[in-house]
Amino acid sequence: MLEVADLSVCFENVQPLHGLGFSVARGASLAVIGPNGAGKTVLFRAIIGATPFVGTVRWARDARIGYVPQKLDLDRDVPITALDFLAARKTLTAVSDTDISRTLELVGIPPGATRTPIGTLSGGQFQRLLIAFALLGKPNVLLLDELTAGVDAPGQRQLNELVASLQRDQGLTVLFISHELSVVYRYAGDVLCIGGGTAHIGPPRVILTPDLLRETYGTDVDYHIHDH
Amino acid sequence: MEQTSIITFMTTEALFLPIAMAAASGLVGCFAVMRRMTLAGDALSHVALPGIGIAIALGINPLLGAVTMLFFGALLVWALEGQARVATETVVGVVFSVALAIGAMMASGEELIETLFGGAGVLSRGELVFGLAASCVVVAFILTQKNKLVVMLVSSDVARTAGINVRLLDFLYLETFSLTIALGLRYLGALLMGALIIIPAATAKQLARSLSSMLIVATVVALIATLAGTALAGHLHRGTGPFIVTTAGAIFLLSLFYRRR
Repeated sequence: MLEVADLSVCFENVQPLHGLGFSVARGASLAVIGPNGAGKTVLFRAIIGATPFVGTVRWARDARIGYVPQKLDLDRDVPITALDFLAARKTLTAVSDTDISRTLELVGIPPGATRTPIGTLSGGQFQRLLIAFALLGKPNVLLLDELTAGVDAPGQRQLNELVASLQRDQGLTVLFISHELSVVYRYAGDVLCIGGGTAHIGPPRVILTPDLLRETYGTDVDYHIHDH
Repeated sequence: MEQTSIITFMTTEALFLPIAMAAASGLVGCFAVMRRMTLAGDALSHVALPGIGIAIALGINPLLGAVTMLFFGALLVWALEGQARVATETVVGVVFSVALAIGAMMASGEELIETLFGGAGVLSRGELVFGLAASCVVVAFILTQKNKLVVMLVSSDVARTAGINVRLLDFLYLETFSLTIALGLRYLGALLMGALIIIPAATAKQLARSLSSMLIVATVVALIATLAGTALAGHLHRGTGPFIVTTAGAIFLLSLFYRRR
């Protein structure tokens, strides 16, 4: 679904990504981990064409990307409702009101929450709204940048399960950035670990080792595996 | 003479122009406020001044000079936005303040006051036609592109992956904004037109609970401010711009007491 080769991104004197290469198979799940400033979000922005890069990024011809960003450009006090945001999809994709209702139900947004300004939504509801917008584009790839940041523990679990079920049921290819190594261990098929000037890719059991994490993060990293 | 000018301005035919201008200002202002470009937008309006000065010096229609300079001013803002290494607000502030100074050097005293703050006077047929046509373009752009603008507001990256040409839409919005400024130069002048774009939208942001209600409230506030301000200026035989903006400002202050829950 995605092939990346010799990818480098440079901002003035900083080069967060240098010569990065990896590929993601259709229907696979790839987690991207690394310390703050390692270039995880830069990588996502590069592969969607939002940031200039050197190298090759090749998506499958039929790739339709649904993107859930970490950072929003929006003030939380603007009078835009969830319905305003989702209705915008109608002008971009063939989406009916039934599609919108079904998607809201799928992601777990109560109908009453759709008519209030989006700034009044909780962190979890807002993330669900972004997922709903992405899903209404009928994507076959999801890019999730710290999907559960700012969400309470039960909400995190629900969102992670939602994405896992979407991947399983609809065969979506999922690339996600996370700092929760236990979540990475549980949900990722492969892990791309970037930081400390190095990059490693492989299954969680191979990548999430104390030595490799110390090399990447520059310090010892503790995490608990919930492998059940 | 001034009495005659105001009566001429208020004829039925010429009344369409301030109404159209107010509607365009209200609509375009909503996205300017939500995009947090109020300061850049205000500074952009100053660039009309040297355009008017150059046009007068060359003996051509001042409005043509203003529109041309505003087009290139918006192009400059757009180009700066694409350059991550440049602090856009800083450069915009410097460039457009200098533009204001250059315009002030090129204009005479009374001419300068009218250019800065607007005036009544008899409308030419050309001004009326340009004003109505440009208003229609602005209103049509906002109403047809509002959904894409909303997505871009939430996240330009989400907009990009949803198939929106973010850079093109951004450019078109900035040019629409500059066209709206050109619309109001006649009545509000280069200094005050930015205020008619921003204040009604800021009022609507306080009161509205959805995009459609924000667009409606901003348009209504801009209309009330324009018509009431014009009538008041006519009654007192003074320039229109300050009265329109003061009326809009008073409505904004009132809105602070009735903020949406």
